[in-house]
Amino acid sequence: MSQQQKPDTPAGRTNEGAPANLTHGAGASVTMPARGPEPQPRGAVIRGNHPIDQAEAAKRFMAAPEHLAMHDQRLWDLRQKRDRQKDQIEEWEELRQLASDIKTHTLTHLDTYLEMFEKNAKANGVHVHWAKDAAEHNAIVLEILRSKNAKRLIKSKSMLTEECGFREYAGEHGIEVVETDLGERIQQLDDEAPSHVVVPAVHKLRTDVAAVFARTMGTDPNDCEVTHLAEEQRDHTRPLILSADAGMTGCNYAVAETGSVVVCTNEGNADLSANTTGLHIVSAGIEKIIPKLEDAAVFVRMLSRSALGSPITQYTSHFRGPRKGGEMHIVFVDNGRTDRLGLEKFWTSLKCIRCGACMNTCPVFRRSGGLSYGATYAGPIGLIIDPTFNRHKYSTLPFSSTMNGSCTNVCPVKINIHEQIADWRRVLSENHEIPAFKKSMMKAAGMLLASPKLYRASLPVADSALRHLPRFIVYNRMNTWTRGREMPHVPKETFHQWYKKNRGKKGKKS
Amino acid sequence: MSTESRAAIFAAIRANRPNIQPPLPDVPFFDTNAPADLVPPFVEMLGKMGGSVLEAKDGDPIAALRAAITDKGIIATCVPELHGDPSLRIRAIRPDMAPTSLADVEIGVVRASFGVAETGTVCLTDDELIVNTSGFLPQHLIVLLDPKQIVANLHHAYNRPEMRSHNYAVFQTGPSATADIEGVLIHGAQGVRSLRVLFCPA
Repeated sequence: MSQQQKPDTPAGRTNEGAPANLTHGAGASVTMPARGPEPQPRGAVIRGNHPIDQAEAAKRFMAAPEHLAMHDQRLWDLRQKRDRQKDQIEEWEELRQLASDIKTHTLTHLDTYLEMFEKNAKANGVHVHWAKDAAEHNAIVLEILRSKNAKRLIKSKSMLTEECGFREYAGEHGIEVVETDLGERIQQLDDEAPSHVVVPAVHKLRTDVAAVFARTMGTDPNDCEVTHLAEEQRDHTRPLILSADAGMTGCNYAVAETGSVVVCTNEGNADLSANTTGLHIVSAGIEKIIPKLEDAAVFVRMLSRSALGSPITQYTSHFRGPRKGGEMHIVFVDNGRTDRLGLEKFWTSLKCIRCGACMNTCPVFRRSGGLSYGATYAGPIGLIIDPTFNRHKYSTLPFSSTMNGSCTNVCPVKINIHEQIADWRRVLSENHEIPAFKKSMMKAAGMLLASPKLYRASLPVADSALRHLPRFIVYNRMNTWTRGREMPHVPKETFHQWYKKNRGKKGKKS
Repeated sequence: MSTESRAAIFAAIRANRPNIQPPLPDVPFFDTNAPADLVPPFVEMLGKMGGSVLEAKDGDPIAALRAAITDKGIIATCVPELHGDPSLRIRAIRPDMAPTSLADVEIGVVRASFGVAETGTVCLTDDELIVNTSGFLPQHLIVLLDPKQIVANLHHAYNRPEMRSHNYAVFQTGPSATADIEGVLIHGAQGVRSLRVLFCPA
């Protein structure tokens, strides 16, 4: 790293890649300064079942100014691209409501539609498997691979296989897994989890990528031209793809009425993974089911617009049966989803289509990086999904939010993410899963907020304190809120004081 | 274990699903503002998504196609408009060819079953691709599209009969692309580096 040179070209919207006027896919719509090299901040420290210290990892991310600035600018640009796209679609809010309603209906009739899918897929010649947890998923896939004597597996991006720890498992059992998505491949070569559901290596500078490729593929560590890096990966991975024995994809939507699987990618790697070898294995969460093809239109119109601000992914691929002479399998995975379906406050999190819009808009995510969450799902959606996997280990995550509600506003399936974050805080505190310090603070706040009199009495004191207290008391180590934040300017009087003075007791101006 | 797990999963769904019966909404076509001529919006979106139009000079699309492939290396043709010709390095794709045998192809020539104006998308199916890898193993792709076969938006696209009758159908929009490194847009991630659409009645 130390001998690496500083990049000499800006990134983002430059003409070193595709024509500079194009911003489709995950392409940036802004020019970003040349940044790095700088040592890459790593993710949360995992200590067994011990609660993740997201704040500690976030602090290290914020202490890396080049990474922080790039990450923040890059994700905010995706959010702004998303806004520009939705503004062009007159029926956007109607689509969101439809998407949410379709998911509500499907999740409350999940057994019916899974049975319908199974029947239709089998009629199309697809083998359907069922796994109640990650271990079963991995074992089923391994068995299929062994039945075909497959040694090398090419794969497109799938969050479910991350959730199941499939890659490690396959490696331990003699299967060579080759990720074919550029971002995912970078992360695989760096032995690091994806930091974002859509752009897995978004936390890395190109100098980091150059270092990873130099270490693992023997390329020049000083060549951090993005076009060269992408080309190196294409050249390096293509022979592996052509000599693979089996292919694996995730599943964005499983259409019950046709028994077909829809997979969205920008690189075309689901098509490569599914069609190049004679064996296509699909990993799908049971919640990916949708009733009809007409429903697919609603989700496909919103997925890439929400995720990247692009009208559609370059490839939206529909697999209804095996290719000529090939074999196709689908493994439906529960892994906690049926438990989640029974959680009154949290079951609607199963509507998630993994677009990542909530991550792009979240001020905490943008400033701390996805790996700081130490879990498969990061960002706002992660805060409400991760505790369903392990309430103790992920008990701290719902506190990594400013509760600004932006995640809820951008969610294409209208999950009330910020309200569920608040509900998780309550559930976890009732189950004694929150640290004692946070708990005493919240108890005090609870007393104050429960009593209008006490609350009003406390406000001028707090405002006055903010005005007069020396900085070191407000911005101290105990007050995690002010780390990396400036407190707002304090008004001279509270609204109630102003109202009393100007409007009097009867609400009339005095 | 799969059979037992299947039973366990269905039992858990039935025990845990919220006890409400909301209806499945009908999805409208959202096409009231669609223009009569869908070619211009298709072309505009195709361009924004990184694709381009192969212009047919003097109204002869096949002449334009021949000009575009001459001396460009190995050509794979999946269309009757262009015959295989070993002397011109034009390979006619047959169903019995191995998927990986297309790896050395410079330009693939295929026909789309339809296009989508909303996104500049072309739909390629297994019948038209003959060997599915024809769509993404070549370095470049030329797609023949009948301008009469353009639908207004994705709602209409999903209403097409092709979506129910093919084992494989891909909505391809522009070339393969990535911007996984600092947002720099690259054409030709793992699939085709360029995609040109040639308007050509079927």
